[in-house]
Amino acid sequence: MLSVQVAELTGEPLKGVNEALDLVTGFDDALVNGFARLGEERAAALTALAGAMAATPVGGRLGEAAGKVAAGSVAEEHVTALAGGRTALLGAVHDALLGSLDAAIGRTRASWEEPPVTAESDNLLSGCRSWLSELAITGWRGVDHDLAAAVDQTMEALLAEPRLRRLAVLLDGLATELRASSPVAAMEKVPARRWADLWARALLLTQAGGLPPAAGEPVSGRLLPLGVDVHEHATAVQAQVHAIFEPADGGPCRLVRTSVAAMKVDTIVGTAVWRLLTGSPVLLKALANHLSLDIKDMPLLNSGDLVWHDDRAALGDLADPFATARIQLGGALAPAVPPLDRHPVRIAEPVLVEGYTVPKGEEVVFDLDGARLTVDVERLPTCGPLTPELVRGSESCIGLVRWDGGRWLLQPLAVQGTVKKKPVTAHNGDWAEGATDPKVAKAEARNGDAVAVLRERAGRLLRK
Amino acid sequence: MNADRTAWEERSVARVVSPVRPRKLAKVPFVEMADGRLQGVVSSGSDIERVYVSSIAAGTLTYNCSTNNNRPCGGLYGDPCKHLRSLVDEAVLQYGLERVAGYLKAEVPENGSLIYSIQGGVERSQGAAVFSRFLRHLAYLELPAASGPLPELHWFPSGVS
Repeated sequence: MLSVQVAELTGEPLKGVNEALDLVTGFDDALVNGFARLGEERAAALTALAGAMAATPVGGRLGEAAGKVAAGSVAEEHVTALAGGRTALLGAVHDALLGSLDAAIGRTRASWEEPPVTAESDNLLSGCRSWLSELAITGWRGVDHDLAAAVDQTMEALLAEPRLRRLAVLLDGLATELRASSPVAAMEKVPARRWADLWARALLLTQAGGLPPAAGEPVSGRLLPLGVDVHEHATAVQAQVHAIFEPADGGPCRLVRTSVAAMKVDTIVGTAVWRLLTGSPVLLKALANHLSLDIKDMPLLNSGDLVWHDDRAALGDLADPFATARIQLGGALAPAVPPLDRHPVRIAEPVLVEGYTVPKGEEVVFDLDGARLTVDVERLPTCGPLTPELVRGSESCIGLVRWDGGRWLLQPLAVQGTVKKKPVTAHNGDWAEGATDPKVAKAEARNGDAVAVLRERAGRLLRK
Repeated sequence: MNADRTAWEERSVARVVSPVRPRKLAKVPFVEMADGRLQGVVSSGSDIERVYVSSIAAGTLTYNCSTNNNRPCGGLYGDPCKHLRSLVDEAVLQYGLERVAGYLKAEVPENGSLIYSIQGGVERSQGAAVFSRFLRHLAYLELPAASGPLPELHWFPSGVS
């Protein structure tokens, strides 16, 4: 990213974004107190959100839902309509933000092609919907241990169904936070935006046709990793690799993501999470050693996600991600975003930033000739070598441009720099095959292999 | 309401639950603060097939320890047994002293040890519920694998603090 690009991105606020977010904040506040106890002001917030969407295809339903809920009649269909309205509004905010990012960095993006959707519903999904409706009626402030745990049985069945894993991972994450925060009435402040986000997405995923099929087109070619973004909550971990894909048939280079994930427990943390992903040894080896990958007939979804099949990948040559970013990132075609995924939280655009200084101060900021980009150093995964100090001392950075809490942020995936006059390079995926830092490896050895210990216990105790 | 507070409430990736600290799991594979108790499972030192279910109630600081077959722990008279001691030690490693003491509503003198505050005496309780929670916990590692991206995990970045 150049100075002018950062300046363009972080300059004037986008028209309409703040107004839209104010409507979302009003909705979220209503959800804090619960749809059953709205009061005039919060009912007006729902009506305002519906009013702003009046001219859209969901306008009619939304207006009706806001009216009914304000009048005290809270049915599941109305709650769902309102969640849909909030989602659509944040979708528009996402589009505006991503559009301005693409314009600032000159990125070309493919347009979305809707795959055929099969609508199916079952008892499991309706069980989830009831819990989510109950949460909306009660409001976050009314959540206690019993309501937080009311989803437990449904959750168990949901987890056993790989087809519904997206929903299961989301609901389990939300339920864990609610359980840990119960009784929520005693919390000093409530993460209103976050919980409303998770709640609304979950409610949409439980609709018939809410979980889109993931078929995709088989593709072959060379994959050049740029970096890996790690996602994690108590019971799930996902390593999402951002890469440049060079199709074997000579088509244009594309920006793609590929993810490997596993279910886990809260005590498997830090470098141990990589041991859960050893089912993809080729990918982990490529990450740890900065190698390219040759892939054959790997399904590529319209969303730009390669559905990883480790047995369809072979290790290639050494490929320095910084060289890939310098030479190929600028011209690569970015993928479209699936309609349901359009939310500012999903914006994660890989960029290369160089030639910055890092002014002293509490926040880590990259200063490019006066244009400033805040670095999100809370987002450095514990399973990799990046630290705030390394980022502060860096000279080049491959990162993801993100947006949260009303501003643009850079999430580092890899840095190059000089520490104590020695050149240092660190990538998030460097420890994918085990920590290479002797101090970290020693701590790891002292704690033993958490995954192996728990698997042994499971083997001995679960099948009795 | 100050600006920072508003900002936190309007963040999509606000951190709500702190990740636990890594620790050695061999002796105490499972610790949790749930249902008003600090509870967990301690592997027997002598019999690889046997585990003990240990728990301490928040507030009253009463405690119990039994095998997974609900036989009372032989070491439990007067003071907390070695399993309960291990449970407390590992809970402090996992969550930090402040969180554990706060949850139990136990007062710990400065530079003191939490275990000496656990003086509520023995109160028999069913270990079966804790043991089944442990089994449910272990079952996460045996779930069938799923392929494809999990876009919702963008709300859950890995990171410190």
